[in-house]
Amino acid sequence: MLHRFAAIVAASTALLLFAGGMVTSTGSGLAVPDWPNTYGWFMFSFPMKYWVGGIFYEHTHRLIASTVGFLIVVLAVWLWRAEPRAWVRRLGFVALGAVVTQGILGGLTVRYLLPDPISIAHASLAQLVFCLTVTIALVTSTGWMRAYSHDGTAPVEDRTLRRIALTTTSIIYLQILVGATMRHTEAGLAIPDFPWAFGHLIPPHWDARIAVHFAHRAGALLVTSVALATAGHVFHHHRKQSPLVRPAALLLGLLCVQVTLGALTVLSGKQPLINSFHVVTGATVLATSLVLTLRAHRAQFTALAETRTGLPEYLTSTHAPAAPRTGAGA
Amino acid sequence: MPESSPLSDLRRVRLIRVLPLLLAVLAAACGGGGTRTEQPAARPVSNPVDPATAGTISGRITLVGTPPAPQPVKTASDPNCKAPVTKADVVVGSNAALQDVFVYVKDGLGTLVFPVPSQPVILSQEGCTYRPHVLGIQVGQTLELVNGDDTLHNIHAVPKNNGEFNVGQQFKGFKNTHVFSTKEVMVPFKCDVHKWMSAYVGVVDHPFFAVTGADGSFELKGLPPGTYTIEAVHETLGTQTQSVTLAAQGSQSMSFSFKI
Repeated sequence: MLHRFAAIVAASTALLLFAGGMVTSTGSGLAVPDWPNTYGWFMFSFPMKYWVGGIFYEHTHRLIASTVGFLIVVLAVWLWRAEPRAWVRRLGFVALGAVVTQGILGGLTVRYLLPDPISIAHASLAQLVFCLTVTIALVTSTGWMRAYSHDGTAPVEDRTLRRIALTTTSIIYLQILVGATMRHTEAGLAIPDFPWAFGHLIPPHWDARIAVHFAHRAGALLVTSVALATAGHVFHHHRKQSPLVRPAALLLGLLCVQVTLGALTVLSGKQPLINSFHVVTGATVLATSLVLTLRAHRAQFTALAETRTGLPEYLTSTHAPAAPRTGAGA
Repeated sequence: MPESSPLSDLRRVRLIRVLPLLLAVLAAACGGGGTRTEQPAARPVSNPVDPATAGTISGRITLVGTPPAPQPVKTASDPNCKAPVTKADVVVGSNAALQDVFVYVKDGLGTLVFPVPSQPVILSQEGCTYRPHVLGIQVGQTLELVNGDDTLHNIHAVPKNNGEFNVGQQFKGFKNTHVFSTKEVMVPFKCDVHKWMSAYVGVVDHPFFAVTGADGSFELKGLPPGTYTIEAVHETLGTQTQSVTLAAQGSQSMSFSFKI
């Protein structure tokens, strides 16, 4: 039940990312000049007849954000009351702190007229909030728990996989940071053609916006390379481990979609829906790689728990009825 | 030993420590931004130009080429915008007269300092369009922003030299005022609710400016004798300058021609 709720929170956060993408894609970030109120109204009593033009995108983004914030409060409290593993309980509070900070950054960026650093921080933290909710959904899942139960399926112990998976996730996140910078510095069409750059492989002239845009394109190549390396490693060495094969395959599939959306974003002149799907697909690429990375590290979680408690790790899991809540579980 | 309460004292203490920090950040978020008050320098009350020597520069601005036809704007995103709206970056009247060009004395007034008119300049929103589309104002003069529509508008100015501001207007008749502190030609205005809305404000530190109407003409009255640089600025066609010498009580005629 907790896992299902966490999954719903993660899905809601993805929806919030899409709504945020629509705000920036339609240039509606300042359509509501005040915050936390909406044109002087209390946010939740703002009349629907005024949800027009750019206000629609900004106001619905705020409402979805408030809902996600509330869901994460519930999730954090639920984890705090029901989850025996201290680090998972803490993760709930980290997610709560992150979403509160995210809300404040959203308010600051409106109040200070979209300064690039705050807007980029808002976009970047949004991805981390999503990653936190996905992580909570993963580690509360029965699939993750089964590894605790000594039922014979030992988690994979592969140092190389851990390294390349972590590297891939880190590079994807950096690529998203570059994308957020490109988005908020109006560099999305700084190179107007695709796949070429002003008809060349390398742009014949440069300025800051062209550099950011080109860095995002080069980043896409890098992400594709490391994702192929990770997925190839999984397919070659762990082809019978479906918890690894599925996210690896999904990662490659999502990357294909993401690169296509990126190209269409340029070719369509930043059509808002395409642009926003590019944002949210980027987030799912990151989350998929994160899931693969966490599963690659699954054995480390077990080892850590046994080191801290001195007990077999499964005894500290939710399946252990008398599990001590000492805060040292894995 | 299992905990008797889910909220241990330690966790309460941690929460209490973190709360003031969160509240401080929240206060910063709620307190900043918004409309900025700009304080222009003190101005004299009387015009320094001797009326006995004042002259006039007048002229006409034309377009060479065929302007694109005005495009109808999709206003369906706001049902309150019922009147048809067209967008035309280049508006041409009879005999190729180019409308909405801001013309002003760019250079030549030396150290003369002019009084600021007490009457405000009005920028209104009617039919989900800024009216007028181009206007001029003096540094320190009040710009009155009026909502003439039965819908919400936000007025978002994005200057480079003056402070950016963004204010909301909830209902018809709502007014805000703003004062620019620095000369700047042109300050773009937009409405983030209705993307098609735009206006341009020329901010100068003297009264010698004009905006061409449907006949493309302009007139700069009351200038002291001297040699001036006159600049004509169009939102999409760019900028042109000409030099002109004006004798005492003289009048000079000049013409600008923009190409498309």
